[in-house]
Amino acid sequence: MEMESVHHPPTATGLDSRKLGFWTFIGSETLFFGSLISTYMVYKGASVSGPYPHEVLNIPVTSVSTFVLLTSSLAMVLALNAVQQGNRRGALTWLLATAICGLIFLGFQAYEFTAFVHEGLTIKANVFGSSFFVLTGFHGAHVSVGVIWLLTLWILTLRGKIGKADALNVEIAGLYWHFVDIVWIVIFTLVYLIP
Amino acid sequence: MSGITGQVEGGGAGVNRPAGAGSEAPGHPTWRTYVVIGTILTVITAAEVALFYIPALRGVLVPTLLVLSSTKFALVAMFYMHLRFDSRIFSGVFVVPLALAVLVVIALIILFHVVPHGMGQIGS
Repeated sequence: MEMESVHHPPTATGLDSRKLGFWTFIGSETLFFGSLISTYMVYKGASVSGPYPHEVLNIPVTSVSTFVLLTSSLAMVLALNAVQQGNRRGALTWLLATAICGLIFLGFQAYEFTAFVHEGLTIKANVFGSSFFVLTGFHGAHVSVGVIWLLTLWILTLRGKIGKADALNVEIAGLYWHFVDIVWIVIFTLVYLIP
Repeated sequence: MSGITGQVEGGGAGVNRPAGAGSEAPGHPTWRTYVVIGTILTVITAAEVALFYIPALRGVLVPTLLVLSSTKFALVAMFYMHLRFDSRIFSGVFVVPLALAVLVVIALIILFHVVPHGMGQIGS
């Protein structure tokens, strides 16, 4: 079946400007998170008072939330695959699954932040608290935006406004979601697993 | 990876094809490839967490975790974000800022944690 949206206006690169523009945005986001990760690494081990990372970080809980986020990335590509094949039911299922996984991840983050505050770690308790909450908080904010975006796509698909011809819209949302995932891959290793 | 890439329909690095241009979106992997990548990512994550709890591996923990994490990063970028199959311009737009970010992280770690007295002496 021929698609309608495969023909984009002619560009100097031959590429769709929306996709190229979004990759450029992702490049700028890479530098943004690079600066936050740099800040965390610079201040790692510099706190003069507790709570210290090894006292509060809960590796088993964060491992589960990491698994949930990785699963959401799989659901996202399956949603894109379904949209590209014109499988509306599959698209609805996988888009919703991705959004639910994102919400579960945010729930884990809310639980973790609450537990930390109860243990005395706030954003102004020490440099670990400041750099940790800013880094993971900005990541959580990105996940929140992604969940809203996914739910919007789900509603549009439900109302029949997203079909095969609109696959690029889902692909661009997917690029954002996977970027959020790879940022977490880095955070999980540098913040949680490396002592 | 050859087994994985073999399941790509009409793919080819450096060739741009609009998303969803065919019944299986030429240039993008099939759902089987996505599931295989998802399984590999899960196994690597499980291995990372397991390594964290093995005291005997403390000496090689950091380099091993960095390699495993980089592998996961690359798999998601190449297969889920389709950089392996899309135009190399997209890869360039992503990899150049990524390389710059990595250099900044490494430079600041060296300045603050490796160089004696670090940046604390510069302003004084």
